[in-house]
Amino acid sequence: MTTDTVRPAPADDGLTASELAAVRADFPLLGRTVRGGRPLVYLDSAATSQKPNVVLEAEVEFYEQRNAAVHRGAHQLAEEATEAFESARSAVASFVGADDGEIVWTPGATAALNLVAYAFSNATAGRGGAEAVRFRLAPGDEIVVTEAEHHANLVPWQELCARTGAVLRWLGVDDDGRIDLSDLGTVITERTRIVAFGHVSNVTGAVAPVAELVDAARRVGAYTVLDACQSVPHLPVDVRALGVDFAAFSAHKMLGPTGVGALYARRELLEAMPPVTTGGSMVEVVTMEATTYAPPPQRFEAGTQMVAQAVGMGVAAEWLGELGMSRVARHEQELATELLRMAEIPGVRVVGPTDAEDRLAVVSFVVDGVHAHDVSQVLDDSGIAVRTGHHCAQPLHRRFGVAATTRASASVYTTVEEIAAFREALTGVRAFFGAE
Amino acid sequence: MSSSLEQMYQQVILDHAKHPHGRGLAEPVEGHLGGESHQVNPTCGDEVTLRVDVAPGPGRDTVVSGVSWEGEGCSISQASVSVMTELVTGRNLADVRRLDEAFHALMGSRGKGLDDEASLDALGDGEAFTGVSQYPARIKCALLGWAALKDSLARSGALADSTGGTDD
Repeated sequence: MTTDTVRPAPADDGLTASELAAVRADFPLLGRTVRGGRPLVYLDSAATSQKPNVVLEAEVEFYEQRNAAVHRGAHQLAEEATEAFESARSAVASFVGADDGEIVWTPGATAALNLVAYAFSNATAGRGGAEAVRFRLAPGDEIVVTEAEHHANLVPWQELCARTGAVLRWLGVDDDGRIDLSDLGTVITERTRIVAFGHVSNVTGAVAPVAELVDAARRVGAYTVLDACQSVPHLPVDVRALGVDFAAFSAHKMLGPTGVGALYARRELLEAMPPVTTGGSMVEVVTMEATTYAPPPQRFEAGTQMVAQAVGMGVAAEWLGELGMSRVARHEQELATELLRMAEIPGVRVVGPTDAEDRLAVVSFVVDGVHAHDVSQVLDDSGIAVRTGHHCAQPLHRRFGVAATTRASASVYTTVEEIAAFREALTGVRAFFGAE
Repeated sequence: MSSSLEQMYQQVILDHAKHPHGRGLAEPVEGHLGGESHQVNPTCGDEVTLRVDVAPGPGRDTVVSGVSWEGEGCSISQASVSVMTELVTGRNLADVRRLDEAFHALMGSRGKGLDDEASLDALGDGEAFTGVSQYPARIKCALLGWAALKDSLARSGALADSTGGTDD
């Protein structure tokens, strides 16, 4: 299904060795050592990515030269700050194929997903007037998610169900970690109002069958919500081509700063949605009795915004765009293949698809006889940073009968040599714990 | 392997993790106080369910007569529950409290250990966890079982019964 998510590649190759070296030289942190002088091998980019100089400099430059409150004040700095803020919005919008007015700044993807859930909730409570009636939920309505979701795309829907009387249903996951579509027709029905799913699993790396899920949702008139956190940094993503109604992603996983993310929503939906967080900057007319609200996206951006971070996110999107996401994806596909070779190591079992088709370079695994925490501690001793635990996806771990996994994840700056070093260190883990 | 990694994963810890003491929940003894606690480390999913059996008596005679548990987790958390089980079984409540305080102090020592020789001696195999205290992310693994012990003692009612009578 990835064919319709991937824009035509201008160049069909990954990155050359010299390009990759230049990329790495742009990330100051990658040059540091850890644990007594060992070179850092950073394989935790699915948790958060490292940041290139251009992003760091953009934030510094904003504070040094243009810092002011945006969308208010007539002074020159206010103009320049507003221009920087809105240019960043354009950069992020064009990076994912959206219009400027379809991108709402949020503190992150979690906040973006909660924004959607609370808009439905507020509409159900009667807010937003006639336009928002389309978002009202009633007992008997259903919201569909998958067993593979990150808690950020599960718990907000559980809560929305609890507030509205809607019922949560879900699609299961097969033994390979793929979303099981065999009961699609019985799970997504006329009662379904929302279908929310992750584009790429942060545990298994599997790419979701977006086209099938969107088709099924459209047939019954349900809204689609895409958690695009793990796809936007690694694949060409065009929200319009994907056909989803909402999409959420965060800056910090795509080489940008923490504290900022984006909600994409089709313009007509944003215009009809009631506000969620209320206060300054999101209003038109305020009297002591009542308030009218600004048009989107400002309607959803109450209070002083994270302007410098938004500027940083815009620069990160431009930086990735210039490199070319098709080439980034090719490079990372090679990394995924290299990561999956860990399955050749005795006692190592990959949780998720074991071939590099329709999956990204985020690979969770278990080591027979050694707990995930202990695996990561031994890897850390070699300077290798991986993630340990349930990765905010407890139901998926329960599905595979494990409490915790170790996860290695790559990004544009990761090299084949780093993954070879990871595999070498992993090879020694079972012997260290006497598990052989 | 670095020396700090070897300090963390001392043989005594690996041995306890492989052959833990007290594993398998025991039924309460009639006439004793019993308490159970379930503790979870939400960041990594480690879990322990621990039961304590307390033989009541006046003052110092109130002793932890049995500790049993089921759990899943890393070698540090499993070894720590095992070591704790050995340390506290048969000890009176004042001793258990002192051991708990000593172990917490050790975990807060950032790899330096304890100056207080008597406390260190009392901790026995627990001293092996000194290396763990160098790794802030792993300290909570070592403390999971101790949290379960404290909670199960509170639930058993033994602490309330012995108020004022447990210390020297």
